[in-house]
Amino acid sequence: MAKRQEILLTGAGGQGLILASIVLAAAAVNDNKNVVQTQSYGPEARGGASMSGVIIDVDTIEYPKVTRPTVLLCMNQASYNKYLPKVEPGCVIITDSTFVSGPFKEELQIKSLPITRMAKEILKREVVANMLALGVINAATGLVDRNIFRESVYNMAPKGSGELNQEAFDLGYRLYEEGPEQLCRDAAQTSR
Amino acid sequence: MAETKPVLMQGNEACAMGAISAGVRFYAGYPITPSTEVAEIMAAKLPEIGGVFIQMEDEIASMAAVIGASIGGMRTLTATSGPGFSLKQENLGYAIMAEIPCVVVNVQRMGPSTGVPTAPAQGDVMQARWGTHGDHPIIVFSPSSVYETYYLTIAAVNLSQKLRQPVIMLLDEVIGHMREKVFIPEAGKLLVEKSSDQIPSDWKPYDEKGLTPLVPFGFGHYYHVTGLFHDQYGFPTGDPPHVERALDRLHAKLEKYRDEIVLTNYIGHKEPRVAIVAYGCTVRSARSVVKKAYWQDRLPVGLLSLQTIWPFPAREIEALAKQADVIIVPEMNMGQLVGEVERYVCGQAKVVPLNRYDGEMITPDQISELIGRWLS
Repeated sequence: MAKRQEILLTGAGGQGLILASIVLAAAAVNDNKNVVQTQSYGPEARGGASMSGVIIDVDTIEYPKVTRPTVLLCMNQASYNKYLPKVEPGCVIITDSTFVSGPFKEELQIKSLPITRMAKEILKREVVANMLALGVINAATGLVDRNIFRESVYNMAPKGSGELNQEAFDLGYRLYEEGPEQLCRDAAQTSR
Repeated sequence: MAETKPVLMQGNEACAMGAISAGVRFYAGYPITPSTEVAEIMAAKLPEIGGVFIQMEDEIASMAAVIGASIGGMRTLTATSGPGFSLKQENLGYAIMAEIPCVVVNVQRMGPSTGVPTAPAQGDVMQARWGTHGDHPIIVFSPSSVYETYYLTIAAVNLSQKLRQPVIMLLDEVIGHMREKVFIPEAGKLLVEKSSDQIPSDWKPYDEKGLTPLVPFGFGHYYHVTGLFHDQYGFPTGDPPHVERALDRLHAKLEKYRDEIVLTNYIGHKEPRVAIVAYGCTVRSARSVVKKAYWQDRLPVGLLSLQTIWPFPAREIEALAKQADVIIVPEMNMGQLVGEVERYVCGQAKVVPLNRYDGEMITPDQISELIGRWLS
């Protein structure tokens, strides 16, 4: 992992992004890194815009808020419109194509993947889209050791849903590495 | 102290867990953003360990319940934010006067009044000092990290018991809500400092000779508890020399233990041209600037961070004023502690306030820009 990483998870309230940021932060702690996690509180956390930030560093982290994101996740159009202008070239941008339709600037490193659609179609549970997104992010950036991350996803999931959440995390890796078409073909084959 | 494996912990959680580690077994409160997690955690944990959690009808009653439980011999805590802290003031004064230990947590939000419930601010600095009426002593801690929140809460509970003095944990929304990696002792390990096991045979509840431990009601001693000025046995008096002696005695407790109470930390150049004095979450912004400016760029700058803001660290400020040319005081309010800094700097250095009150943190860029201006 490169030095200081600032991750911004954005979307709508209810998509589980604050929980995702806590799971990411806990995984980074388990991976022996310094971490600070913050979130936007207020009316926007209940239906409107939701934003949470995680800073991961080998050095001590002083200022706790994300100022220059190195990773940006946008889970809806509104957050994409709001946060895209704030990133600098070189930032890894991941958007959920289920809700974000662009416009995608060529000069930026944007990966558009159907995160929520895959959670719904393959795992039949839209609610794990957040863990799927974490899988995508970690596949793209290697922020945290994969096995430690998987374990943290399991441990922090509500009782009885550890395996489902882990499956979503793994599916995120596959979505990033193999693409959505391959995942759909595989899913069609297993159901046959 | 043996430290165990790191965990991810929230500031409010650290406050609750610190209190439990220090032996707090009674919580009464009325939940309010951004302090609600303290109540949530106490509600979940206290019944499991034989403690009591009560959600009261309001903050006034919460404070009263805490005082009652303390006289009954329990270590107590209540948490709130600005609007609730206003309501607690009357009973807080009663606890100071009657010398009943308790810890009051105020996770500051943007005020006045209900303000912006979820926005951080440091607007209750003077309220924490003078919110309740009369010339009272008070101890106020202002942590700047999750780790500090944990240990200062423990110190608050222990000092409160030892001095029979209410202590305020003045957090802000940033520290209360952020999560970070901390090393804390294993759960269940107690870090309790006993005030005293020795009850002298001639024990008086308010001994004129000095501090006596609080003997809880029902443990063999009868005494009177009142908010009126009282004699050694707790009975009301209005006798002028007695009144003056009693008030001096309340303040003398804190002066005697000053070195245990007043906690500060300095990093940077020994003779800084520009120094920063900060507390709470603002320390984070200031430290990121000073670390870079001093350790990397070797500039003559320093940072005095105040873990204790009341009693005011006058000696430390006086010492800093002798070394520094300029002292910057960043605060997320319209300028509160800066007045106190000016009072003790006493013209020996230039004091420059840096204020922000739009519900956002003071950024490192704001501070470094100001430092740059005064260095050149």
